Amino acid sequence: MSKEKFDYFIKGEKGKYEVVIGLEVHAQVLSKSKLFSGSSTKFGADPNNQVSLIDSAFPGMLPVINEECVKQAVRTGLGLNAKINNYSVFDRKNYFYADLPQGYQISQYKNPIVGEGKVLLDMPYGSKEIGIERLHLEQDAGKSIHDMDPSNTYVDLNRSGIALMEIVSKPDLRSPDEVNAYIKKLRSIMRYLGTCDGNMQEGSLRADVNVSVRKEGDKNFGTRCEIKNVNSIKFMQMAIEYEAARQVELIENGKEIDQETRLFDTKKNETRSMRSKEDAHDYRYFPDPDLLPLKLEQKLIDDLKKSLPELPDKKKERFIKEYELNAYEANVLVSEKEISDYYEEVAKFSDKKLAATWMMGDLFAMLNDKGLDISKSPISAKHFAELIKSIKSGEISGRIAKEVFEIMVESGDNPKKIIESKGMKQQSDPKELEKMINEILSKNKDKVDQYKAGKEKLFGFFVGQVMKLSGGKANPQLTNEILKKLLKG
Amino acid sequence: MSLDKEKIKHVAKLARISVDDAKVESLTKDLNSIFKFIEQLNELNTDKVEPLTSILNQSLRSRKDEISDGKIREKVLKNSPKENEEFFVVPKVVE
Repeated sequence: MSKEKFDYFIKGEKGKYEVVIGLEVHAQVLSKSKLFSGSSTKFGADPNNQVSLIDSAFPGMLPVINEECVKQAVRTGLGLNAKINNYSVFDRKNYFYADLPQGYQISQYKNPIVGEGKVLLDMPYGSKEIGIERLHLEQDAGKSIHDMDPSNTYVDLNRSGIALMEIVSKPDLRSPDEVNAYIKKLRSIMRYLGTCDGNMQEGSLRADVNVSVRKEGDKNFGTRCEIKNVNSIKFMQMAIEYEAARQVELIENGKEIDQETRLFDTKKNETRSMRSKEDAHDYRYFPDPDLLPLKLEQKLIDDLKKSLPELPDKKKERFIKEYELNAYEANVLVSEKEISDYYEEVAKFSDKKLAATWMMGDLFAMLNDKGLDISKSPISAKHFAELIKSIKSGEISGRIAKEVFEIMVESGDNPKKIIESKGMKQQSDPKELEKMINEILSKNKDKVDQYKAGKEKLFGFFVGQVMKLSGGKANPQLTNEILKKLLKG
Repeated sequence: MSLDKEKIKHVAKLARISVDDAKVESLTKDLNSIFKFIEQLNELNTDKVEPLTSILNQSLRSRKDEISDGKIREKVLKNSPKENEEFFVVPKVVE
């Protein structure tokens, strides 16, 4: 793959501007119960049915932390190559909103559970390291529903108190493409770890996007704006493009950028100011008196580290070495744990190179077409391996393989059975083929003469005739060889 | 530290406490004298002292990840000023 150069700048009238982006990703922790209460975290329950008196902030209720959520945060931190803090503190972040019954969110401010780490991105212009500033645990808020009643807002507290990991990046991202790669990488790491399902439709992964711009080559950062709670990669990219262009226009017109919180309106495709400035960020954090500091034994951290699965970066290296894939193929095949598992099962029983090509071509196209995840593939890894084996051994041609593939998708049958029952085996017996070709040549004497007189284009015609007569089953390579030999004679 | 009337109003607003303008003056005086009393502590040098957030030298108690609560919607909604048997109902809040 040829290396491109990074080229994402906003062109103003007075020069090129670089876009600086930092993300605060909110990832829902995979756990059965909430961070500080025993209510279920299951998505899609009836409203307010997964709410305890703690989640609804009844007086006198005390939070008790879920040990699994702590472990999940540590696992994620380890997956981000980050420093795990043996000592961390829960603070109250104070603000009033209808879906926050406590009047504060329990979060971590000065002493987060996870410190600095890093994530590697594979960009067309090379690999890029994105710094992680911190990861902390906090409670999710409830959900406000504005469109069920013209004059009232309905509040559902099912989400209230579910554990979130807020993962804060350093301002190292420089384009919407890098944001896309970063979110996908984070998601992939957390799915490998089993710490977050990464389901953006269900809100398990959302982000606040910090955007600023500066003249190309400037060392200082510009004033940033924070775009709150964007819940899809596409919207993040659109919001960044809009916001960067807005800031450049302000600068070029000699105006100041206000540091503020903005909202991305997905219908109008624009960002707009969200809260008045004087009240923003006045959260009056203080240590939660209901919760003691969280102290982690080094042994717990070490044990968790030992039990981590193989993560995408490591697996990619191994795939390149073990299966002789190129970097691009390895990247695609490790992007989801399920994809890499499928590939390994296929590669184990068939040809590793051919398996990669067919998976990334026909299999992915079919899954994409049907809107299916690989875990729901109508073709099992075992059957897919059989198909690859049949292609590799020359039992069937690539063309016939595509037909077998189609039938496998429809029927879910074993390819061996399909090939047998439909008589799709490739004709690879040289004697048989030679007989067939001789027959064709003797029927088309005029064309043979023309060919010999120099009209070499006719070669394709002969191949076509062989395929027609054999029902597409003639081994193409062998056909070519024999045809050439016989036409020479 | 000293508080002026604007700061008092701001803090009251953040805490959603309604304060009459007439009361702001006396509140400012009261709070300032309280602060002055507390500020005597500033005479001590605490440069190398970690802030004390708890007097208990214990670590956080934790629980297993099990579902042991919820499914008490009626109880949860019971004390709310307004509900519709499914949701809390509040005046429209849209940004």
